[in-house]
Amino acid sequence: MEYVVGAAVVAVLVSVPAIVLWRVMRGRRELGTSPAERATFETLHTASLAGPPLRAGLTADGAERASRHLRELLGSSALAITDRERLLVYDGAGDHHAGQAFGHAAATLEDGRTQVLTIDCDLLECPIRQGVVVPLTTDERVVGALAAYGPNASAGLVRAAQEVAGWVDSQLELAELDRSRTRLMEAEVRALRAQISPHFIYNSLTTIASFVRTDPERARELLLEFADFTRYSFRRHGEYTTLAEELRSIDRYLTLERARFGDQLQVTLRIAPEVLPVAVPFLCLQPLVENAVRHGLESRNGVGRIAIVAEDAGAECRISVEDDGLGMDPDRLRRILAGEISSSSGVGLANVDERLRQVYGDEYGLVVETGQGAGTKVNVRLPKYHPGVSTR
Amino acid sequence: MSLAAVLVVMVAAVLIGAFGIRVSRTTSDFYVASRTVSPLWNASAIGGEYLSAASFLGVAGLILSYGVDMLWLPVGWTGGYLVLLVLVSAPLRRSGAYTLPDFAEARLESMTVRRTASVLVVLIGWLYLMPQFQSAGLVLRSITGAPVWAGGLLVAVVVAVNVLSGGMRSITFVQAFQYWLKLTALAVPLVFLLMAWRDDGAPPVTGDDAGAWLVPLGGGKEYALYSTYSLILATFLGTMGLPHVLVRFYTNPDGRAARRTTLVVLSLLGAFYLLPALYGWLGRVYAPDLVRTDEVVLALPQRMIGGTLGDLLTALATAGAFAAFLSTSSGLTVSVAGVIAQDLLKGGVRSFRVATLMAVVVPLGLALWARALPVADVVGLAFAVAASSFCPLLVLGIWWRRLTTTGALAGLFVGGGLACGAVLATVIGGPYEGPAGALLAQPAAWTVPIAFTVMVAVSFLTPDRVPPGVARTMVRLHAPEDLDVDRGDWRPRSS
Repeated sequence: MEYVVGAAVVAVLVSVPAIVLWRVMRGRRELGTSPAERATFETLHTASLAGPPLRAGLTADGAERASRHLRELLGSSALAITDRERLLVYDGAGDHHAGQAFGHAAATLEDGRTQVLTIDCDLLECPIRQGVVVPLTTDERVVGALAAYGPNASAGLVRAAQEVAGWVDSQLELAELDRSRTRLMEAEVRALRAQISPHFIYNSLTTIASFVRTDPERARELLLEFADFTRYSFRRHGEYTTLAEELRSIDRYLTLERARFGDQLQVTLRIAPEVLPVAVPFLCLQPLVENAVRHGLESRNGVGRIAIVAEDAGAECRISVEDDGLGMDPDRLRRILAGEISSSSGVGLANVDERLRQVYGDEYGLVVETGQGAGTKVNVRLPKYHPGVSTR
Repeated sequence: MSLAAVLVVMVAAVLIGAFGIRVSRTTSDFYVASRTVSPLWNASAIGGEYLSAASFLGVAGLILSYGVDMLWLPVGWTGGYLVLLVLVSAPLRRSGAYTLPDFAEARLESMTVRRTASVLVVLIGWLYLMPQFQSAGLVLRSITGAPVWAGGLLVAVVVAVNVLSGGMRSITFVQAFQYWLKLTALAVPLVFLLMAWRDDGAPPVTGDDAGAWLVPLGGGKEYALYSTYSLILATFLGTMGLPHVLVRFYTNPDGRAARRTTLVVLSLLGAFYLLPALYGWLGRVYAPDLVRTDEVVLALPQRMIGGTLGDLLTALATAGAFAAFLSTSSGLTVSVAGVIAQDLLKGGVRSFRVATLMAVVVPLGLALWARALPVADVVGLAFAVAASSFCPLLVLGIWWRRLTTTGALAGLFVGGGLACGAVLATVIGGPYEGPAGALLAQPAAWTVPIAFTVMVAVSFLTPDRVPPGVARTMVRLHAPEDLDVDRGDWRPRSS
């Protein structure tokens, strides 16, 4: 009995992957019905296989992985790809010609014109007798060359080589686009690094000045807090910091603000110790707290309450910054966050929102709960791990 | 009395889950709040989550049945942290990974490896949860006479409600408290039991097979030597692959603190595991006739002391047992649900709810349907799977530059697959007779070497699949945090 059950288990374990594999293989074979349709599908499929390796630009690794598919597209005996300096890959028959391939491409790299070559070879059985060299261009600049070799360079092969080169060009342009987008994102993240407001510096210094005569000890403490705060905010290295560091800086900021406003500003912090080591974008909470202080206090007389909560939620950390001030019109806020209108109060929020989206993806943008006269609550979610995000 | 104790534990768990520990602090206390969790607290929390029904009940039962051979079980479960301390804890913390799939992605830069690791995490979690539910059923039956499914269902429901309501997620202090509760619940009755034993004239282990019980490999188990070595391998190397333990290391602020925490865990567990061994030995003296040996911890107070005191002590031990079921199960459920939601479903709050139900229902189904093995044996199988999949991944990933994506994948598939196959065969069809039975019941001795070999061999065969950022990752894993070196910068995900 037990052996039967055991055998059944093994049978299931073996047969399920086998069935899945068979379905996958069968699914591929069923593509297309007529020969023409099938040929089209196969060509498109080959092209789609050659595309991704080229999306990293003209590199030896990418060219090598794409070359087999490109040769299949061309139907040539051999294929070579060069950039401006050297041969990147030689694929196909007649390896002994690999050394000459860059020489064949030299003229094309120079003037950017297609050329047809006749190749001398002493080996009788070598299929490589003629070659077509076409330029690869990006932004009307020749960045490399593609050479197709065969027994004879028919008009068909020339035409096909030109078409394939055009297709490769478009892939390389996409690669260039990818690269510039990446550069742009990096530059943006750097540029978006929040700056502390000049008003705050000015106000802090005036507050401290007011204590210098009446309470010199306190003035000294506040000045040291201010020094620590600015040292942290002006630091140059690293895009990321830990939540603990960020909260420490916020604490210094709040100390200075409370020295200025006294009992008018009441702050509650509830921080789960589990989330303190989480890596966060540098100064990503500071603008939110600044906003809350301004909204909670300056727009009405009386006492402003601010609550900062950081909670542990499995693979994420949830942070909320809440004030009981005047609140905002949700529609207006939405437009500020979308960058349609600029407002001095929303700049910090929009900035943080954009940076979080850049780093973690769109699903990690700010979520703001607000209404006229109902206060404002800004929620931030931060994943505990994200590839490439680390404090050091 | 015992029922009341169980109810108190359950209600307390639900209340903590529903309301959480909401202590507000004003800014003046902020520096206290900002201090990160200390290694002692963190280690207690790890102990609280780690000491499951298998440790609380199972070890004593197995020692009672099979003798001193089974001492390897608590030794291995503690010793696993030694391996973790030496080879894994600090580099893992420095990698910044929260879960095992995170580490796989960070080190090997491949989503395929990440997904494979996720599937394995889920399988190990299920395998570990199943015996928790099963023993909850057994314990509830022994104190109330309720059917076996009732206890498992009760624990499953409480855990699901708790996790869904957001409580008991990973509040360090609650989990740390669980460790001390479990320790007390075993230690206090034991003091009384030892006093009763002395008053009784300190009787030795008696019976025909007393000699065999007291010497290694004398328990009459077939292939005892092989099983022992296999068990040692599984427990020493499996601990590092347990999903609910590893997420705790993230709470440490740096690699150094992670090492310290591991060291404290070692001593806490060492202290705890003395107790079940004594229970097993007392059980051999006073209750060698027990049929369901997993219940020896609960049965001894009645047998040796009796009366109201006996009742009270039983109640305390039962409360400890349910605390063990709840803490381990909720820790596992959170980890498994997190991985299901993030990697196998779409992510987000809704997915997490669905994932929580999946994380609880599948092992509950298994617990009700599969045959009841001794709880410590099933947990041992979970260790075997972890040892033959994540141990090679972590050890080679941290210490070997030439590990390739393909190699890691092949190793995970072969090692994890073989171990899972053996486990399924044992749980569903076993136990088998003869050498095949021993190989299937304790697979680690052959699956772990195979997994390592496959991972290394395939890596050698595919040298071009070494992840491009390996040098930088290695610097990040091994350089102490206060060393100023280039650890790489953030780049947008390429696709």
